[in-house]
Amino acid sequence: MDPRRKRRIRLVVALSAALMLAGGLIYTSFSAASDARTPSQLLASAQSGRSYQLTGKVVPGYRVRGNELDFRVRDRGGRASVPVRYTGEIPDPFKAGREVIVTVRQQGGTFVGQRDSLITKCPSKFSASKGT
Amino acid sequence: MTLGRACVILALAIAPIGAFASIYGARTRRREWVAVGRRSVYALAAVLTVAFIVLESAFLRSDFSFQIVATHSSIATPFFYKAAAMWSSQEGSLLLWMWLLSLWSSLVLFLTRNRLRELAPYATAVLLGFATFFGALVVFLANPFQLLSPAPGDGTGLQPLLRHPSMMIHPPMLYSGYTLFTVPFAFAVAALIARRTDAAWIRATRRFGLAAWCFLGIGILIGARWSWSELGWGGYWAWDPVENAALMPWLAGTAFLHSFMVQEKRGLLKMWNVCLVLGAGILAILGTFLVRSGILQSIHAFGGSTLGVPFLGFIALLVLGSVLLVASRREDLRSPEARSYSPLSRESIFLMNNVLLVGLCFVIFWGTFFPLISEAVTGNKASVGPPWFDRYTVPLAIGLVFLSGLGPLMAWRKTTLAGARRSVQGPGAFAVVVLVALLALGVPAKPGALALFACAAFAIGSVVQELYRGVAVRRATASEVAPVALVSVVRRNRRRYGGYIVHLGIALLFIGVGASAAFQHVRDVRLSPGKTATIGGYAVHYVRATSRVAPEKVTLGAVLDVSKDGRHVTTLRTTRGYYPSPDPTAGPVGQYFDGDSTTEVGLKAGLRRDIWTAVQPDVGAMQKMIDGIDKRFPLAQGDTQRFLLTAVAQRYVAAPPPAVFRLIVSPMVEWIWLGGIVLGLGGLIAIWPPPRAQRSRAPASSWSARLGRELSRA
Amino acid sequence: MQFLLVMLVLCGATALIVSPLYGKRRGLIGDDAEQVALEAARDAKFREIRDAELDFRTGKLSKEDYRALDNSLRSEAIELLRRLDAARGVEVAE
Repeated sequence: MDPRRKRRIRLVVALSAALMLAGGLIYTSFSAASDARTPSQLLASAQSGRSYQLTGKVVPGYRVRGNELDFRVRDRGGRASVPVRYTGEIPDPFKAGREVIVTVRQQGGTFVGQRDSLITKCPSKFSASKGT
Repeated sequence: MTLGRACVILALAIAPIGAFASIYGARTRRREWVAVGRRSVYALAAVLTVAFIVLESAFLRSDFSFQIVATHSSIATPFFYKAAAMWSSQEGSLLLWMWLLSLWSSLVLFLTRNRLRELAPYATAVLLGFATFFGALVVFLANPFQLLSPAPGDGTGLQPLLRHPSMMIHPPMLYSGYTLFTVPFAFAVAALIARRTDAAWIRATRRFGLAAWCFLGIGILIGARWSWSELGWGGYWAWDPVENAALMPWLAGTAFLHSFMVQEKRGLLKMWNVCLVLGAGILAILGTFLVRSGILQSIHAFGGSTLGVPFLGFIALLVLGSVLLVASRREDLRSPEARSYSPLSRESIFLMNNVLLVGLCFVIFWGTFFPLISEAVTGNKASVGPPWFDRYTVPLAIGLVFLSGLGPLMAWRKTTLAGARRSVQGPGAFAVVVLVALLALGVPAKPGALALFACAAFAIGSVVQELYRGVAVRRATASEVAPVALVSVVRRNRRRYGGYIVHLGIALLFIGVGASAAFQHVRDVRLSPGKTATIGGYAVHYVRATSRVAPEKVTLGAVLDVSKDGRHVTTLRTTRGYYPSPDPTAGPVGQYFDGDSTTEVGLKAGLRRDIWTAVQPDVGAMQKMIDGIDKRFPLAQGDTQRFLLTAVAQRYVAAPPPAVFRLIVSPMVEWIWLGGIVLGLGGLIAIWPPPRAQRSRAPASSWSARLGRELSRA
Repeated sequence: MQFLLVMLVLCGATALIVSPLYGKRRGLIGDDAEQVALEAARDAKFREIRDAELDFRTGKLSKEDYRALDNSLRSEAIELLRRLDAARGVEVAE
């Protein structure tokens, strides 16, 4: 088989494999992803049973009992807030005023956080702001 | 105008001047202008070194008139962390990046000053282009030499989470990796511009690419190890965007380090190499950018960084420029027609390697940027989690480990079928034996993990076999004792055997990843003192609570006794440290429990398994006492405050409320770090220059003489 | 004091950068690109020859395959040495 034909075959095989992989990726990523929502968006349009990624700031005055956490998350720039009940590892930087990401599901009047899905962002280590 | 500020401004002036001088010298072929360009790089390095020393000494002297020192360090910060605090800040880390870039650029230009006369000027211009961009950031947007007037008496100190040796070495390692990738990038661009797409540019930059790969890999592993042994979540990898940001250029680097060899030997895969090198450089800049922008939700990233837009612009420029350059030179990148290779050859394996690595890189890229992609498509920012990543990366990783075993067994151009069979049967049999043994030992039949172990065993078998064969060859020709023969054969074929040792390291690393990911036991338990929990065959007994009061933090913790079948295995100590918040409205005691907290993980590491625990003391149960004290002594400070804190802490120890413990028994995690060490060793061997006699610059080498003799006979 | 240091750095850097324009090594760059490419190809060819021998001795290549490969590699190497000598020879004659 002459080299040119070999090369073309290799190219076709590689491209098909790549396309199949890409197709699988694209399809599953859209179906497996959880939407990011701010508290005000959740209050407006949350569907019971669907899981969302809630992002916002922790409101002061939360309650910790062991690894059970009852807290509220508010919009980064606003007042709207939602209650969250979370069980699981509470990250070290967690405290009032910090930004968090938690995967929640609506259950009745409150949002239940998925176990271990609470991420607290490290405070401004890398913002070129003037002053703390 | 302080010395430091003057230096970075000067650097910003030197960089574009040097770039233009280099281009002018290249186009007019005037030696002196090329030299001006090269010396600009040296001058840049010198000037930035001065700036670096100025800033570093400010930290070491605790000179709080520098804003950056006041916001990231304090008098009480230990010396080591004072030195490293510089790069915990945005401005300092950019300066570090620039400084490293200038060092490596100076080194490569010095090493190639008498060769590559067509390429070096363009490469200089590219490297100085990078320096110009970062210089502009440092001068206009992120000034490390901002002064405070009046200077405060003390600084705010280093983030508690960063007070760990690993976290201090991790950024310089990563930045060394990122900046070293710019060197092959620059020479690839130069090769394309000058239309010199033969292997000369590869030869000059191969070691820089290898060094970049080593530094980046070690930096990633240090980060993973820090996460496992210091953070309270109990894991080493979370497919977080910043983790992925460092992994992607590393994967591209792995690909081009292999496919370089094909171009050097056979002149093939030119297009692949150019694209991989350009891609790695762009991904390195992308990685630098991701950590400091707000575009992706991550444990590191935050909104509102002012550097996001300039970085995006720069990356867009790099991508556009690369695509245009490659497209316009694609004729030069076409390989000569006549060279073919059989499917049973190293070329073929390296090609598959490229495909798998690029595929892996693409998966990670897609998953990392998916929030932005989905926002563009559906309007919603949606993200994918670790299960999605694992689903696609695990099969690709297994394939790569398998190829890493198959590659050394294949010859270049063509392996005879009999030869292939003879080479594969040993490692293949070993893999099967290992698989059977694992199943016989009662290891749960998880297909992914078992496939990974089998492929890793295959890879290890292949490396061991090749080392053995190499020693046998050496002994046959030089009659040396086996250990000496081993050293000789590795010494004389550093690239090959260094590479094999790297493969060994990768196999060990993946064994660790497979075992710890697939067979981990995790439990969250609520224990009172005296109670015991079981996990993975171990009994964990809560012996007593502990506390410690220090001016900078209050520590509450626990001592746990771990035993198996009645025999004591280890004692674990885990604590949670509470740092005071600067909030003036909080009470003298309450402010400690309102601020940052860090976890001290209790970890017993071992070759077979790690036992890990983290405690979450129930501070809520103490809240009444804390509030009561705060009300009665709202202005307590100094010794009184300490006395009150001690009272609370002692109460905690005397009557501890039940605390929540996360317990993890993770098999073979230490193999990951072990594999990393072997990997680094292999990289070091591969990078080391060969012994004098082999270097073909020696005029009377035996090869030339021999061939010369044949030539005269011909 | 700061001002003095700044001046020092500025002058030092300027001197370093501008010096080649007044130095002795001025003039046109010789075209050695061909020679560099040939040297790279030669080194790669030598490495190929050694790798092929190692491949044969570690049992991946059969004797016939190795003989054929070795012969073709060596003749390619000789060709490269010829061309390299020619390129060098041209420079020397200049």
